[in-house]
Amino acid sequence: MPIIHQTGAQEQRQTDNRAGLSTLLVERLSFSYRDGFQALKEVSLQIAPGEKVALVGPNGAGKSTLMLHLNGLLQGNGVIEIAGLPVVKENLPVIRGKVGMVFQNPDDQLFSPTVFEDVAFGPLHMGLPEAEIRQQVTQALSQVGMGGFEDRLSHHLSLGQKKRVAIATVLSMNPEILALDEPSAGLDPRARWSLINLLRELPLTMLVSSHDMLMVRELFPRIIIMDEGRVAADGETAVLLADAALLETHGLERP
Amino acid sequence: MHVSAFDRYQHQHSRVHRLDPRAKVLMTLFFILSNALLPDGAWAAFLAAWGLALLAGSVAQLPPGYLFKRSFIALPFALAAVTVLFTVPGAAVLTFPLFSRTIAISDAGLARFASIVIRSWLSVQGAIWLTATTQFPDLMHALRHLRVPRLLIAIISFMYRYLFVLADEATRLLRAREARSAAPVSGKSGGSILWRAKVAGGMVGQLFLRSLERSERVYNAMLARGYRGQLLTMNPHVMMKRDWQELGTAVILIALVQVIGRLF
Repeated sequence: MPIIHQTGAQEQRQTDNRAGLSTLLVERLSFSYRDGFQALKEVSLQIAPGEKVALVGPNGAGKSTLMLHLNGLLQGNGVIEIAGLPVVKENLPVIRGKVGMVFQNPDDQLFSPTVFEDVAFGPLHMGLPEAEIRQQVTQALSQVGMGGFEDRLSHHLSLGQKKRVAIATVLSMNPEILALDEPSAGLDPRARWSLINLLRELPLTMLVSSHDMLMVRELFPRIIIMDEGRVAADGETAVLLADAALLETHGLERP
Repeated sequence: MHVSAFDRYQHQHSRVHRLDPRAKVLMTLFFILSNALLPDGAWAAFLAAWGLALLAGSVAQLPPGYLFKRSFIALPFALAAVTVLFTVPGAAVLTFPLFSRTIAISDAGLARFASIVIRSWLSVQGAIWLTATTQFPDLMHALRHLRVPRLLIAIISFMYRYLFVLADEATRLLRAREARSAAPVSGKSGGSILWRAKVAGGMVGQLFLRSLERSERVYNAMLARGYRGQLLTMNPHVMMKRDWQELGTAVILIALVQVIGRLF
């Protein structure tokens, strides 16, 4: 028995290595909501480790729906793998630690009374020992420039601060990939620039959905354009943003 | 925009603020229990209990009159007891006609009504003292240590967190209505009472639907960070010797109030 077990483990590692080429793999993913609306139609994409990718497209294109699939909050037909691990029911507890999902409205993301409790929520529910949780929280908060805010009440923070804490709440889980939904929406210019700088400096793989084309140009070398549930274009930012006809077809503006 | 009108915490560094929240919760509970147990018309004991509340407020370095002023919010609820004025048998102090019948207020009824009002007013002062000296998260930890069911604590915590968001949302709805409630240069505006009631009802419905949608999003955010149906917390509180001493003192003082209530 131990021998078989070992072989199994070895095989597992090999698959990991092969899939190690991509942090996120989505293959022919389709999904319909219960009211029959088909939000995703055979979406396929791949993100390599360390890549920062922007997901753009008009409202209702399926960006948020795709995001919700990454950690299994929605489950459609198709294959999704996070660092080689398929997103299926048995793997969900592990997957949710690997995908740092930040929702658009920080008031939905920050549900605990204090900042500390919110940032500790992820690691606590991953079952880390207390000392490690404390260390993760301190580290995550200082990474987003919010060190010393541990005991503050979430509802007393400004929107920019809430967004930073919201990002810290997933950084504390040491995710493989950061999935952000509209991170710069509603921020004033200063808060927006400081957020852009923060995202630039975070050494993590990222998939960020946004309407903020200026931020997209500043930050992301690669764009995926979605429209009507499909991937309409996928390529280098400079190339796609130069294609005026393509942008107009999908209701996007040039920065 | 912030609605922080619900935050009653007063930043001070008094002995009371440094106490373990469990000790404070227990003190407050004993105080309220003691008030409820005092017999009707135990005026001396009520006075002593009030003295205790004043003492607790001054030890906590709350502004003078702070507890007193805030405690009046409880008075309207005491009106629910107004029927005891007429229903408790005793000598009539005041009679008046009502619908061809004579209604009498009895002396025993009056004493009981006054006692109920004083009891609730004193108890509310205790609760205000607790919330003014204890941060909300600490209060929740204290409840957890005191074995209050987790689900109940989770519900209270979420209520506290989203009270602010809901109040903000309600303010925005009201403002949107205000902005469109223009009046013609001459004459009245606003339509009939029924129409206004319909608008208000619609707004309440809106608020409910928005909260429902929000609760789904919050639940998703919790699932995304590994929530599996069990809320966990870390709680650094430890009852120290000093906490036990102060709790003991409070219990003795409250017992003294009870003795006064039974003897005089």
